[in-house]
Amino acid sequence: MNCSASRHKVLDAAEYRHYSEAVITPVSLESRAAENLRYIRETIERANTFTAVPGWGGLWMGVTSIAAGVLASRQADFSGWLLIWLAEASVALTIGIVALRLKARATGQVLWSRPARKFALAFAPPVAAAGVLTVALWRAGAGAVIPGTWLALYGVAVMGAGAFSVPAVPTMGVGFLVLGCIALLLPSFGNLALICGFGVMHIVFGLIITRRHGG
Amino acid sequence: MAKANAARNSPGAAPHVPSRNAEQPDRLIHEHVRLGMMSALAANDALTFVDIRNILQTTDGNISVHARKLEQAGYIRCTKSFQDRVPRTEFALTAAGRRALNRYLDHMEALIRAVRDR
Repeated sequence: MNCSASRHKVLDAAEYRHYSEAVITPVSLESRAAENLRYIRETIERANTFTAVPGWGGLWMGVTSIAAGVLASRQADFSGWLLIWLAEASVALTIGIVALRLKARATGQVLWSRPARKFALAFAPPVAAAGVLTVALWRAGAGAVIPGTWLALYGVAVMGAGAFSVPAVPTMGVGFLVLGCIALLLPSFGNLALICGFGVMHIVFGLIITRRHGG
Repeated sequence: MAKANAARNSPGAAPHVPSRNAEQPDRLIHEHVRLGMMSALAANDALTFVDIRNILQTTDGNISVHARKLEQAGYIRCTKSFQDRVPRTEFALTAAGRRALNRYLDHMEALIRAVRDR
């Protein structure tokens, strides 16, 4: 048997026919090219994900928020209540920044990378709006809706920034937004809603992020 | 043969010249890990060695080998420094690397169009 006859015998056999077709058809070239483009797109998406979200930081922010909520509920006047929550906001911000730096350093990531900048740019505007609205609502004597406003706008900030981060982050944002809407409709539960959101939800999602995304 | 390989892998080796043949994609980028590195770097100003390892979910050795090939071709730039006494390696895409990746993308898209137009 010569070499050519042998090749025909192999490639014409029914069990190998699909192989020879797969090798030579233009459709396989197209699918490989499409697969390469899909791989490039998925890699770019992964490279654009901000993964230095600090789970431990969220957990400690939750713990201090519960303490602040308990302390605030014992205040006789609104000014005392507001002062405690504003102090808690500064404490939580400090914890967040320190935890972010520690996680970025531990995982060898660039802290001010493009995904981190996008995360910060999406997060900052709703939080700034919450700050301005706090002053406006306080001056208008509508302090009862401040907790709902804080929770809803923080939820919007976390949802928006979460688009550039791990899936747990936007999910947490949805939770805050829902809680904020409830607090806006039932203002008498405002302080409790703040404890549930900034306290319990931060602890739960902090633990999830710590377990799934390395601290 | 060994001599040729040594010359190719030495730091002063001649830069990679991409294929001008329209039928052939740039073989240097066509490799899976190198394509991943180039794509990840195209989406960022710079990425550390650890960032790339986490994005591509591959080994240190694999990244080192492929990064060296891309660097020798002039497609990426490597910067080594220390942060808190810990060595830090950072990669960035060069202008030539970005052009090569764009050419590769054009090639893949043209391939798909050509098959669909048949």
